[in-house]
Amino acid sequence: MVCESWKAKLDTYVDGELPEAEMRTFDAHVRSCPSCSTDALTRVQMKRAIQVAGKRFTPSAEFRKRMQQSIAPKTRHSFRLGWMLAAAAAVVLVVGTLTSAYLGTRSSRDLAYRDQVFSEVADLHVATLASSSPVDVISTDRHTVKPWFQGKIPFAFDLPELQNSEFSLLGGRMTYLDQTPGAHLIYDARKHHISVFVFQERSLRLPAMSNEGSLSPKKLPFNMETWSQGGLRYFVVGDASAADIDSLSKLFKAAS
Amino acid sequence: MDLQSDSFEELAMPLFDQLYNFAHWLTQNRDDAEDLVQETYTKALKGFSSFRLGTNFRAWMYRILRNTFLTSRTGLKVTMTVPLDPEEDGPELAVESDTPETILFGRANRELLQSAIDELPVHFREILLLCEVEEMSYQEIAETLSIPIGTVMSRLSRARKTLSGRLRPQLQGGAGPAAIARGTNHGL
Repeated sequence: MVCESWKAKLDTYVDGELPEAEMRTFDAHVRSCPSCSTDALTRVQMKRAIQVAGKRFTPSAEFRKRMQQSIAPKTRHSFRLGWMLAAAAAVVLVVGTLTSAYLGTRSSRDLAYRDQVFSEVADLHVATLASSSPVDVISTDRHTVKPWFQGKIPFAFDLPELQNSEFSLLGGRMTYLDQTPGAHLIYDARKHHISVFVFQERSLRLPAMSNEGSLSPKKLPFNMETWSQGGLRYFVVGDASAADIDSLSKLFKAAS
Repeated sequence: MDLQSDSFEELAMPLFDQLYNFAHWLTQNRDDAEDLVQETYTKALKGFSSFRLGTNFRAWMYRILRNTFLTSRTGLKVTMTVPLDPEEDGPELAVESDTPETILFGRANRELLQSAIDELPVHFREILLLCEVEEMSYQEIAETLSIPIGTVMSRLSRARKTLSGRLRPQLQGGAGPAAIARGTNHGL
């Protein structure tokens, strides 16, 4: 009976909404009163249970993307369009002349770096196949190979389902490119070996790679395809046909 | 306009997951929840110029979402068929010694609890979620629901009692320990 006045405030107490002085008094009472401490405990337990149960629904990635697009700042073309076009034209005339030489040299530097990266990727492919133990995890099962990389590389990626395709997974290993750790997967396609490399795009310090898609790097007897997806940079390389490289690339793109 | 939508995006997107969760609890349907969140963000972006920086953005967003829900087809149906109980600030009753809380907590029966919350009238469901899941203060809840703090306290208390009352027969009655362990799942 003595506790009735306390119990009337139990909810407010466990919600932490009593004034500070009253909270302290209540704390002291709860410590000395088994009945109130039991009630307080059950209410706290209920609060926690509701908190856990209440975090129930998660929006889909597709919906999140849609929402982000719908509230993202619009491009500024509608704002003082005429004035901005005139200003832009003037800027282009002046700056364009000054920077064309610089861009030319930068562009050739980017191309050189890109070729160097392709070359290194091809070297990794060849050196691995020449190794006596080309893969560290030997398995045809993607559900074995993918978890093997957990904790070894600083990102996660998805492997495609290969059923009814001409490809089979031989295994995987860790690799490095430009001091960046990545995943190296080896596939078999009609007796040809194809390497798939996955790295974090931002770690590679690659120049903006406009050269997405199928490539035939100069001086390299390989077909190669590269693209960026979900923050990851993929390279698919091998002496298989360009069509096979493309098919495997498509499977990866669909899986990611 | 762009600066405004920049800061709107920065403020609003971190709330996206929790607003969606709340919307789904209200609408009890994924499509309706997506529509509700979409409309909330559209309205909030349009009205962002009227939002005073420094005031409670989260409560503002939840208020828009809730008002949008109440005027939606689903919301109107809910509020028309489930009239609000009169708010009473009467004294609280002591919790009975044999309560479902410890059983529920001990058995971690999340699905059972989710079903019970689902079946609560919407005004009880929303206040419980705002308090326990969103961990809003009474003041924030009052702002979100546009009701006085006294009403927040009494409604919250009634919501908790109703929930406990609905859980009790399931936990102590016919369900039995095996059913409790499995939980019940009233799908949405």
